[in-house]
Amino acid sequence: MRTFGSLLVRGLIVGLFAGLLAGTFAYVLGESRVDAAIAIEEAGSHAHTHDHGDNTEPAAAEEEEPLVSRDGQRAGLFLATSLYGVALGGLFAVAFTLLRRKLRTGNDAYAALGLAAAGFVGVVLVPFLKYPPNPPAVGDPDTITKRTVTYLLTLVIGLLAVWAGVALSRWAARYGEVARLAGGVVGLVVTVVAAYLILPRINEVPETFPATLLWQFRFASLGTQATLWLLLGFGYAVAVDRRPSRSKVAAA
Amino acid sequence: MAAPAQSVAVPALSPKLLAAALLSVGLMLLLAYLVGFDQGAVSRSGMYLHELMHDGRHLLGVPCH
Repeated sequence: MRTFGSLLVRGLIVGLFAGLLAGTFAYVLGESRVDAAIAIEEAGSHAHTHDHGDNTEPAAAEEEEPLVSRDGQRAGLFLATSLYGVALGGLFAVAFTLLRRKLRTGNDAYAALGLAAAGFVGVVLVPFLKYPPNPPAVGDPDTITKRTVTYLLTLVIGLLAVWAGVALSRWAARYGEVARLAGGVVGLVVTVVAAYLILPRINEVPETFPATLLWQFRFASLGTQATLWLLLGFGYAVAVDRRPSRSKVAAA
Repeated sequence: MAAPAQSVAVPALSPKLLAAALLSVGLMLLLAYLVGFDQGAVSRSGMYLHELMHDGRHLLGVPCH
C-alpha cells in the first residue's frame, strides 16, 4: 500500500512532466495560430477603434507598451501548461486515492488509465464540443463572465455525465454485456445532450475571421489537452504500477 | 507480501485522509485558478502573471477576453 503523500507527490511530478510536454506540443502546433490570430486582432483594432468606446485610450496605451512581450508570452506558455499540469496531477492523485476502490479492476495501471480517460471526456471533450476554445480576436470582452461560468458548468456537467454513464452501465450490467455497454453510452450521451440544449448558445466568431485558422487553432488546443491527459494517464499508470515480479520476490 | 488479485495501492478511507485530500483539492484548485482565471487578485502581481500565461490559457481551452 502507498501512503496518500506518496500518491499525491507522484501525481504532482507526473503532472509537471505532462504539462511541460503539452506545452511543447502547444508551442510547436499552437503558437503560429495564436500569432496569426493576434495579427488579425491588431489589424481589426486599428481599423475599428470606435468599437471600444471609452476604453479606446487605455487600450491604445497598452498596445504601445504591452506588459509582457510576445516572446514573454511564448515562454509563459510553458509556465501555464506546467502549473496547470501540476494542478491536474494533484487532483488526479486525489481522485485516484478516493475512487480506486470503486474501480472494478485489480490492476492499478488500468485504474489510472480508466480514470484519465474519464477525466479527458468530462473535463476536455464535453466542454470542447459545446464551447470550442477560441483564439485571440474571437470573443466579446463584455461576455467574459458569462463564458467563464458556462465553461466551468460544462466541465462539472462533463464529470457528472461520465458518472451517469458509469452508474447506468453498472445497473444495466444485470441484463447482459450489450446492455452494460449501451447503458454507459446512454447515461453519458443523454446527460450531455440535455445539458447542451439547456446551456446558452454562444457564438462570437466574427464573420470575417478565417474558418481554417479557427479550426487549426481549435485542433491545436484539443491536441494540447489530449497530450496532457494522455501523459497524465500513462505517466500515473507507470508511477503507481507495481510489477508482479517484485511482490513475488518479496513473497519468496 | 504476496499481492492478491484485488490488491489496491491506496490507503483506507479515514477522516485524516479525507482532510488531507480536501486540503490538496483546495490547493490544486487555487493553482488552476491562478493559471486560468486570476487577474492579479490572488497572485498580487497585477496583470503580469495573467498576461504572461495568456497563450497557455487560450491553448488550454479556457475562455479569455
